[in-house]
Amino acid sequence: MNAVDILLWGALPYVVALVLVGGLIWRYRYDQFGWTTRSSQLYESRLLRIGSPVFHYGLFVVLAGHLAGLFIPKAWTDLVISQETYHLIAFTAGTIAGVATLLGIVLLIYRRRTTGPVFLATTKNDKLMYVVLVAAIVFGMIATLTGSRTTAGMEVNYRETVSVWFRSLFIFQPDVAAMAGSTWQFKVHILVGLALFALVPFSRLVHAFTVPLHYLFRPYIVYRSRDVVVPTASRGRVRGWDPVGTLDRDRKTR
Amino acid sequence: MATRKLTRVMAQVGMVMNLDKCIGCHTCSVTCKQAWTNRAGTEYVWFNNVETRPGQGYPRRYEDQERWRGGWVRTKSGGLRLRSGGRFQKLLSIFASPVQPELADYYEPWTYDYQNLISAPLGDDFPVARPKSLITGEDTKITWSANWDDSLGGSTATAELDPIVEKLRNEANEQIRMEYEKSFMFFLPRICEHCLNPSCMASCPSGAIYKRAEDGIVLVDQDRCRGWRQCITGCPYKKMYFNHRSGKAEKCTFCYPRIEVGLPTVCSETCVGRLRYLGIILYDPDAVTEAACADEKDLYEAQLDLMLDPYDPQVIALAREGGMPDDWIEAAQRSPIYALAKHFRVALPLHPEYRTMPMVWYIPPLSPVVDLLTKQGHDGEAAGNLFGAIDTLRIPVSYLAELFTAGDTQVVTGVLQKLAAMRSYMRGVTLGTGRDPELAAAVGMTPDALEQMYRLLAIAKYAERYVIPTAHREEAHNLEELACSLDYEDGPGMYESGPFGEASGRPVPVAIETYSALKERQRADTAASSEALQHRAGMLNWDANQETER
Repeated sequence: MNAVDILLWGALPYVVALVLVGGLIWRYRYDQFGWTTRSSQLYESRLLRIGSPVFHYGLFVVLAGHLAGLFIPKAWTDLVISQETYHLIAFTAGTIAGVATLLGIVLLIYRRRTTGPVFLATTKNDKLMYVVLVAAIVFGMIATLTGSRTTAGMEVNYRETVSVWFRSLFIFQPDVAAMAGSTWQFKVHILVGLALFALVPFSRLVHAFTVPLHYLFRPYIVYRSRDVVVPTASRGRVRGWDPVGTLDRDRKTR
Repeated sequence: MATRKLTRVMAQVGMVMNLDKCIGCHTCSVTCKQAWTNRAGTEYVWFNNVETRPGQGYPRRYEDQERWRGGWVRTKSGGLRLRSGGRFQKLLSIFASPVQPELADYYEPWTYDYQNLISAPLGDDFPVARPKSLITGEDTKITWSANWDDSLGGSTATAELDPIVEKLRNEANEQIRMEYEKSFMFFLPRICEHCLNPSCMASCPSGAIYKRAEDGIVLVDQDRCRGWRQCITGCPYKKMYFNHRSGKAEKCTFCYPRIEVGLPTVCSETCVGRLRYLGIILYDPDAVTEAACADEKDLYEAQLDLMLDPYDPQVIALAREGGMPDDWIEAAQRSPIYALAKHFRVALPLHPEYRTMPMVWYIPPLSPVVDLLTKQGHDGEAAGNLFGAIDTLRIPVSYLAELFTAGDTQVVTGVLQKLAAMRSYMRGVTLGTGRDPELAAAVGMTPDALEQMYRLLAIAKYAERYVIPTAHREEAHNLEELACSLDYEDGPGMYESGPFGEASGRPVPVAIETYSALKERQRADTAASSEALQHRAGMLNWDANQETER
């Protein structure tokens, strides 16, 4: 355990959590208008209708796998199934879901690059987001496939290292040693993952935080009283009123 | 409809369009676009469009609900279900909307490289302005537009794709002839229907689409829309649009900033045919769902039943109880919408079978019948000829019935007969051959009612076409236009012209000029002189009641 370890596994996760929560609150308060999926389906539908569900559903399974692996202590599952059976199930399901997610995002990126209008609507922010997102998935796959052994050949179970560290974060007693004992594959995956979390509030990924589950419960017809807008002398910048000819990816407003 | 106890009364703005007067000039579309969708992201969007029928419409074949899955369907148990699926199904398919129209179904918007006309080097060839795509900026080939088949242009090739033509051919075995001499056509201006039972709203996962409790205008909260795009599928009229730059849904706003201060919508104000009517109706919000569940053939009647009699003391009492101001109740009593839709029963809803209870009503055009008669060498306006023709010329009537009454030709025939009787009756008045009470009786009306209807439809004074109550007075100080009136003792309605014409005198805020000058001028019988209009700028100030430059 050295200073770098403490910085990466003791301090960085909290910084990222602050950025994530603070960023979300900031965006929710000041950028509701920009809070959208920014769908490009109007331009291209054929590839999107395959790529997008494959990616998103794959991601859901991956997410569920992460939650199970990180939150459920090994001691608990040992009571029910053996480590070998658990690993087999997790490895198989995780690999299938991971491959699906990866194939989905590759198809989506291919579509984005080759469909003229979609590429023209792609901002620098989007490009950065895609790099980090794909890196997180790829390193996650690498960690799943090769991360169980150190370079010296010693067997390392992520449920005894990464998961222990992850849970310790929530009680503000980060078990830096547990994480430092993991393999480089997991370390890289986690760092890229942290970068992705930090990016969420400031990219289009933010749409994940407004999954419209309340749709299942709300009435179909919504009545609402007229908004009372207090008139202002000069309106200055009005979003959504850029002149015809402004490109989709041009994020500057007048 | 089952008798239910009336407990609430709400107001709804509505529009009636008299299709016989539409000349298809697209002025409404152009002024609407100038006012609302002349922006990046909405280049392809027309909140108001005018389509030629028979024709495919905009977006192409939007009426084909087997494909686009808009509106509601009735379930086996008699309830309502979105045609595109229930709540779970919608959430599960949220990652890629299964049936969203693509840009190609609307059209690829373009501009022209005008710069080339003046900057091209001197040469043997004339410089041309190439079409440039507004999406990619590249050279483009124009292959379709929002009114590509305008006035039946190219319809020998494309009109067979009109979903109604297709349906009539398949089900009723009626061929609509597309040869020029044998065809018929009329124009259908379309805006958002501001439905009582909107399926766009029901489709929105975020709950961003809402109906204003005061006037029933359906709006999209731009801050709450997350771009899930389900509303675009949900709306059977395809009047929900995706702004590809902002990633949000947008729609016709019924020009609510104008309506709130008593001005007509831009499309109505600028209509050269003066075919649009604006007003409010009172309705029972608790009866809407039940009405929308009626049998297909009863939907029109069920929709009329929702409209409450504005003179009924119980209705008035309940409206007051709900906080409706008296000027609104009075406006509902003078409403041309109530008069044309329910009192005279000549205005019909567009596609009631979508079960959304649309609130933009259409007086079906008599012109296809008159035109066909005239082409065949008959006197197209004689009552006998017209009455006979409405029944025998089944194709236009069944076509109109597919548009306005879910296929019930009887209702359409009834309306057309009323319009025909009115024409013949007034012809008698004009030619001095006398008022023929039998003509009125033949269509179940009194001579007085026929003349009232004539006044509303043919004379169509500005103040009778547009009966728009302003937003609640107690909140009025917050509204921009009226806020200015506090600075002026006489208020906007009392503003007098200066010594040198209508807009002269001391400078007044733009808002007041717009409100009172426009109102005065619109109600005048003579056109304003161009001197009186100097210093006027902007399309929003334009109206049809001004002298043209010579």
